[in-house]
Order: sequence, then C-alpha cells, then structure tokens
Amino acid sequence: MNGANTFVNLGVFGAFVLLTLFIVYRASSRNQSASDYYAAGSSFTGAQNGVALSGDFLSAASFLGISGAIAVNGYDGFLYSIGWVVAWLIGLMLIAERLRNTGRFTMGDVMAFRMRQRPVRAAAANATLVISIFYMIAQMAGAGGLMALLLDVHSKVGQAIIIAIVGVVMVLYVLVGGMKGTTWVQIIKAGFLILSVSLLTIFLIGKFGFDLSAMLERATQKSPLGDAVLSPGVKYGATSTSKIDFLSLALALVLGTASLPHVLMRFYTVPNAREARRSVVWATWMMVIFYLCTMVIGFGSMALVGTDAITSAPGGENSAAPLLAFKVGGAVLLGVVCAVAFATILAVVAGLTLTASASFAHDVYANVIKHGEADPRQEVRVARFTAIIVGILAILGGIAANGQNVAFLVALAFALAASANLPTLLYSLFWKRFNTRGTLWSIYGGLFSCIVLIVFSPAMSGTKSSVFPHAHFDWFPLSNPGIVSIPLSFLAGFLGTILSKQPADADKQSEMEVRALTGIGSGLR
Amino acid sequence: MTKALPSPGFATFEDSDHALLLSGDGEPDFRAIQQSEDFQLLRRRIARFVIPATILFLSWYVTFVLLSAYADDFMSTPVFGVINVGLVCGFLQFVTTILITLAYARYARKKLDPQVEAVRGLVADEEML
Repeated sequence: MNGANTFVNLGVFGAFVLLTLFIVYRASSRNQSASDYYAAGSSFTGAQNGVALSGDFLSAASFLGISGAIAVNGYDGFLYSIGWVVAWLIGLMLIAERLRNTGRFTMGDVMAFRMRQRPVRAAAANATLVISIFYMIAQMAGAGGLMALLLDVHSKVGQAIIIAIVGVVMVLYVLVGGMKGTTWVQIIKAGFLILSVSLLTIFLIGKFGFDLSAMLERATQKSPLGDAVLSPGVKYGATSTSKIDFLSLALALVLGTASLPHVLMRFYTVPNAREARRSVVWATWMMVIFYLCTMVIGFGSMALVGTDAITSAPGGENSAAPLLAFKVGGAVLLGVVCAVAFATILAVVAGLTLTASASFAHDVYANVIKHGEADPRQEVRVARFTAIIVGILAILGGIAANGQNVAFLVALAFALAASANLPTLLYSLFWKRFNTRGTLWSIYGGLFSCIVLIVFSPAMSGTKSSVFPHAHFDWFPLSNPGIVSIPLSFLAGFLGTILSKQPADADKQSEMEVRALTGIGSGLR
Repeated sequence: MTKALPSPGFATFEDSDHALLLSGDGEPDFRAIQQSEDFQLLRRRIARFVIPATILFLSWYVTFVLLSAYADDFMSTPVFGVINVGLVCGFLQFVTTILITLAYARYARKKLDPQVEAVRGLVADEEML
C-alpha cells in the first residue's frame, strides 16, 4: 500500500462524513426535547432500529479484528463471532421488551425503578460511564493504528490530529443530531458495512468456484500451521490456563453483549415492546450475515494473501481485510474498505458518547443532583455539555493509548457489562425480593472485581504484550476476568439482598412487574 | 407505524362491564392486576417458552465452547472435504440462534401479544391507554 491510495481513501471517507453530516442536519429538529435527544422521540421502527443496533454493535474490532483473527488463528478467531451472535438471544428473550416497557431513557431507569433512586442511579451511571469510556478509548486508539495502516500516516503527531478529527466529527453528530441523527448514522454505516462484506464474500466464494471446502483447503496450504488452523486450540489450546481464559472470554461475550449500555439505550428509540422485539430479530439477522461473511473473508485472506504477509504488514492481524481488498479489487476497493472501517469507528464512538452523556445528564444531574426535578431543557443542555467533555476525554485517551495494546479494553468492556449490568438487570426484572442493597452490591461488586482483576492480569504486566511488560504484578493468571467476576456479582447481589434489613418495596415491585410485561403505566402503545 | 394487532383475548365492549382494575385515583391498581388470572396466565406463557429456550441455547453454547477447549481431537474429525466437526458445530450455532429467534418471535405474536392485550383490557379501553 503506498501513498497514492491515501487520496482514494480520504475521498471515500470524506464523502461518507459529508453525506452523514447532511442527513444528521436534516433529521434534527431545532428545539430538542429530552425525549428527542435521548431516544429520538421513540419514533423509529423495529426494522430501522434493528439495523442501527447492528451498526452500534459492529465496531472496527469486529470488522478488521475478527477477519484478521480468523486469517491468522483460523478456528479460534471464529469463536468470537459465535459468542456475539448467540448473545442476542439474551437480549431478545430476557431484556429488550421489558427494558422498553419499564424505562424511558437510560439503563438507570430500569435498575432504580423500585429501589432508592439516588444511590442506584449513581451506581448505574458509574457503570455506564466506566464501560463506555473504556470501550471508546479502545476504539479511538484503534483509529490511530488504522491511520498508520490505511492512510500511510506514520508520525505520532499526524495520527493524533486524525484521532482529534474523528473525535470532533463524532461530537458534531451527537450535538447536532441527538439520538435521531446518531441512529441515522448507524443505519447508513451498517448498510454500507454489510453491503461491502457481502459483495466481497460473494466475490471470494465465486473465485473458488462456490466451493467453501476448496477455499479452506487452499487456506490451510498457505498457513504455516497447516490443517491445524481449521481445528480448535491454535490460540487458546496451549495450556490449561489459556483454556480457562478462553472459557472466561466466551462467557463474557455471550453475557455482556445484551447489557452494554449503548446497546440497551437503543431499545428506547422504538415506540413499544413489540417493535423492540422486532429490532432484535432484525439485528440477529444482520449479525448472522455479517459474521458468516467475516469468516469467509478471514479464511479468504489466509488463502489469497497468506498468513505471513498479513502478520508482517503494518497493523498486523488488523490488516487482513484491507490487504485482501487490495489484492482482489485494487486501490478503489481498498479505499472502500478503509472508508467503511473509519465510518465504523466514527459511528460506534458517536453512539457511546451519546450514551455516556445521557446517563450523566439523566441519572446523575436530573435525579441525583436535582432530585428528579430538573428542568428538561436544562437537562438536555447538561447532556450536550457532557457530550463535549466525553468527546475531549475520548480524544485525549485515544491519543495517549495510541500504539498501546488496548485490545483487552474491548474484552474488558464486555466483562464489565456482563458482571455489573446483567446480574442487576435480571434480578431487578425477575426476582421479587431484590432490593436497594442487593442492587448496589451487584453493580459495584461486578465493576470493582472486574477492574481489580484486570489490573493484576497478564494484560497489564508480566508478558511481552502487556501494557507494562517489565513490571510484575500479574498474580491473577487470566486476561479475561469474566469467569470470576460474573458469578461474584450474582453472588453479591444475592447476599446484599438477603443481608439487608430493608425489605423490597412490594407495591413498586407489582408496578414494575406489570409494567415490564404489559406496558401498563408506561404510556406506550 | 404500529398496527393494532388482532387480539382474540382483548376485552371487547360486550364483556367490559366488569369493574376496571383501577385504584381510587384512577391509576391502574398494579397489585390487583398482578394477581389477576389474565396476568398470571401471561407470566406462565412467558416462562413456558423463555426458561427452556434459554437453558437450551446456553447449554448448547457452553457445550460447544467446552468441546472446542477440551476435545480438539473430536472437533478436528473431518466431515466432508477439509470441513470438520468443529466448523459444522460453529455453523450450527448460527442456525440454532436463527431458529430460536424465529420461534420466539412467532410464539410472542401468537401467544404473548394477545394475552398482553387481555391484561391491558383489565385497566382501560383501547383509547384510554
């Protein structure tokens, strides 16, 4: 890849930014109410929101990361995709409809429904902010790495400028468009992404005479690992610790997806529970198509580009899809793939910014500071102001983390969501006795155990790929804390509840259960 | 945007002469709704599908993950061409996810939505909600 492609890449990417900014501008209303800003006035259909959900969820890590992981590790890379697809069943059957019926704007609405408002809202906002910011820094740092690879920008200053541009554009989306504009960005981006991976896939399979087995056979010949790439164990099979690490990761992927705050917040953009259900059905179809395509793209790049060429390219694993695109479609296709990757980062980060700002303004400002009596206009102003602060934090964090190995931040965000949010949501929706202390214990128990375990894990210190390779405080052997922290959070929620002298509020419990299952009292139709 | 669903269980004009479950101030009486026959039936119907389906897909997923981690010989057994048991199982995870999703969507449309309407009928006429 040489400098000449830079202009093609920038052209396609610039066109995407201009198009989406125009649509965001047209979609936005001048005087946004709180409901417009946080939930797009609940005016999207299930189908639209389903596509937007997949747009919010499919980050650059999914597109470049997974196809690269498959191109290098084969079968073990494929395991990520499976966890992320299966996970939507939890969202479908346990969370989506009940969340839509119970809450209005944030995850805190549901968690605090029948609990003491202030401490629980503060806890829910803490969990949302921590998860969103970790996730965001990982995305922004990834943007820096992508620049080196795709735009041929190698100086740290140049990369920092591009990270800052990405940050400014995404804050613009959020400020101008609110949830409505951000949702349209997700829809356009998801369409763009799915279309390009599908076309690439059809082309690849066609090249091998529509014979998947032939393609895989060719892939095994081009991999130094030979037939082993089609079998489990390349990446995680080495020791019994790495196997447990893998189980832990698999658990966090399947349990964390449907409890990520920015995914949860999407369910409020539809008018009722039926549409919320429909959105998950749509999102599931999109995921299945997308991950089947990434599998073909991954093995396809192994077959056509070869593992050695991928690992030695700048950007390593992440370069598999771009290299493949260049190989089969030259500079133009490479430009398209790069633009899709940029658009993906931009849209995901915009969704995260909106979620973080909504949680701060709605949960912390309106309910904790103003005791639920904030002026709605003032609340939206606070949300916009928070979006700017979050944007600045993400830009600074992204520049600081540029070049670091931050892949663990994404895995950590999933583990955090699975530990802090999922147990709390399930208990408050389905367990009558669950009370305020149980809620606080399960949120903070999950949050802190996850963070502490990751600090003392090999991801932070002790190995060559750690953040601090020369220090040794890695007494916890696993890189993925989920297998410990998820059960711990369930246990903490249980113990907190039975050890509390304050019983659950029975009237509120009746109201919440009836409302969650039927929508009575929510004003939704 | 959303069409009114055909709702066989909905309390129509003819049988709405029973008292609505409202408390003194005209708000829904959630305690009474929670204990009503219609609401209990809705709960049972949700549980009848969601609990077995959740157990099924989670145990199938965990089995797959455990097999991948600890039974790589079995997972590497070729089925046709170079495609082995592991790849087939992985593909089947996608298939079962789609099947359960479609089955749930259908069950919810046929069995849950009408029952939700029936419960909502305990509180008010359609227009009042």
